[in-house]
Amino acid sequence: MSGHGLVLRNICKKFGSTNVIRNLSLNVIPGEFLTLLGPSGCGKSTLLRIIAGLELQDEGSIAIGGREVDGLRPKLRDVAMVFQSYALYPHMSVAKNLAIPLLMRRLCAWQRIPVFGALLPGTASRKSEIIEEVARVAKSIGISHLLDRKPRQLSGGQRQRVAVGRAMVRHPAVFLMDEPLSNLDAKLRVQMRAEIKELHQRLGVTFIYVTHDQVEAMTLSDRVAVMLDGELVQVAPPQEIYANPHDRRVAEFVGSPKINMIDVNVCGGRLAEIGGQVLPSELTIGQGTLTVGIRPEAFHLASSGEPNSISAAVRLVEHMGSDLFLHLDLTGVPDPIIARLPAASGHIAPGNRLHLRIRTEQLLLFSENGQRLKQQASVTPLREYAR
Amino acid sequence: MTSIEMGQPPVQEDQPSLLHRSTDAVLRRLRLAESLTAYALAGPGVVLLLTLYILPVAGVLFIAFTDWQFGAKTLSFVGLRNFAELFADSEFRKVLANTAVYTLIVVPGTIVLSLAVALVIESGQTMRAFYRAVHFLPYMATLAAMAITWEALLHPTVGLLNQLMTAAGLPTANWLRDERTVLPILAVIGIWQNLGFAMVLILAGLAAIPRDLYDAADVDGIDVWFERLRLITLPMLGPVLMFVVIVVTLHALKVFDTVQVLTQGGPNHASDVLLYTLYRESFQYLRTGYGAAVTVVFLVIVMALTLIQARIMDRKVHYQ
Repeated sequence: MSGHGLVLRNICKKFGSTNVIRNLSLNVIPGEFLTLLGPSGCGKSTLLRIIAGLELQDEGSIAIGGREVDGLRPKLRDVAMVFQSYALYPHMSVAKNLAIPLLMRRLCAWQRIPVFGALLPGTASRKSEIIEEVARVAKSIGISHLLDRKPRQLSGGQRQRVAVGRAMVRHPAVFLMDEPLSNLDAKLRVQMRAEIKELHQRLGVTFIYVTHDQVEAMTLSDRVAVMLDGELVQVAPPQEIYANPHDRRVAEFVGSPKINMIDVNVCGGRLAEIGGQVLPSELTIGQGTLTVGIRPEAFHLASSGEPNSISAAVRLVEHMGSDLFLHLDLTGVPDPIIARLPAASGHIAPGNRLHLRIRTEQLLLFSENGQRLKQQASVTPLREYAR
Repeated sequence: MTSIEMGQPPVQEDQPSLLHRSTDAVLRRLRLAESLTAYALAGPGVVLLLTLYILPVAGVLFIAFTDWQFGAKTLSFVGLRNFAELFADSEFRKVLANTAVYTLIVVPGTIVLSLAVALVIESGQTMRAFYRAVHFLPYMATLAAMAITWEALLHPTVGLLNQLMTAAGLPTANWLRDERTVLPILAVIGIWQNLGFAMVLILAGLAAIPRDLYDAADVDGIDVWFERLRLITLPMLGPVLMFVVIVVTLHALKVFDTVQVLTQGGPNHASDVLLYTLYRESFQYLRTGYGAAVTVVFLVIVMALTLIQARIMDRKVHYQ
């Protein structure tokens, strides 16, 4: 079984006078795990609903596996969807929940009529086929023992599995998942995340996964599509999104703790120093204001007398086990910055003064309008990625 | 650093036994005060329940076994005589049958129509509030006033209904004075009366069905309206429908005002129903003991129906 690719061309969607999706185009490679990542309200769920056919786009077209699906009802698009609320039918047993997509497809309208349908030729044999298939899917995701239960008798994780099973059972070409893990507690979320990843590897079909959780996006995806205000800002593999963001908003959205953004002046092609450290200066612009983005892990401890080091006052120390998050005051920088140091960095307490250096190769520079300076193309070329 | 001081263990007390004894006494007093408060808070509710519900029912039960007439100074126990008389009376059997027929028309009629109206209103985009209000009006209006309108509509010569029937070349009738038509006509009025009430409840039930379910149904291929109705809407409405069925059944069993205003149980007891008999025996003929027996029969029917419905439907209805 292999998935279909998906091509979105110039999708626009308005709700009233609000532009929810603006002229969005995207190519999804067959078998890819693509995550739509963005803050709530950025239009990512709407986009997923448009792909599923639950919402109609105002402009633009969608092709799934090379076939235009714009006029088609959801059922005919060969997609399956897992909802944030799971949307299991509460009055049906788990087995019935799993069987419904097959019953609706394989039985004709007459055969689906209760009592009467059972008398028609072929109904019984098709039904027993469906029951077998449901049992097979249930076994593959470990819910065989739950088939007789109602959704309300299941735990969150079990419901999630049933929802995934209902999507799997009819072998769709594309899986759509709308924040499927957000209703689970933290521990279960990590476990289900791994299961979804494994499922993708096993099935090899195309997954489009909507989330606002950057950890999910980073851990699950082949590529992440960062969506902000109805537009795709960057589509790239996770490590690329993190290390090489093309927009200030992407840099700020991805990464925890958040990237430190410091406004600096440029004089004669050189960056002004930050807290005493002179920053590299291969800039083409002569004058103006820039924003320097420094990831928390770009700091490292320096000895006190070291040239080009920054002196910082410690405001707050957060112990994370493997790391320390330090909230620091730098002279000349209005907001506190956050540095991430290894936990073995010695005893650091609020009020201490530290000497730090910045790994200048990890600096990210942004122009005043938020554009990354000295960038390559904004989307990783598909061909290169596919290789 | 302050954090070091916070880590110190607390200083030990020297006389723990004395301390414990006084703590016990305080706790006991607190517990007593708490239970007194609980009784004080529950008290008014218990008194109201007793005076408004339990004592009157007990009173009716008592009177049903006597020959008491309203205003009489004496009464004597007659055992089950009132009940024996009741069930030997062919008129009373007719009253029971009339009430059953009326209920059997009103309940399914109301449920089907109100469900249809609610679904249509829910699926529309505009003027929902208007349609809701229009359909709810009959429930709010006093029936005594509305009955005049019905009487005018159903009048044998000048009534709109008969004029329309004549214009369409159909046979006319004296709807409220004909033994064959009077009960169905009263049932239609009953449906008209209950429709808005049931519709409002069903609308609320429809609004509570998660949209996600319909989306999932769309993706799963449940996209024809009657299959959505059969597989999603009706099962999800189960609890609301059960409530509506019970309440409308009670309304139908209690029908009195239309009968009193429009037919007084006539012609020839064709529209005589339980509550009207009860009223006539107790307050017109002042046979309070006999009336109380009718009341007991009424209460038993209502309680039995409610219990049966709750039992049957509880098993079949899905609650989230």
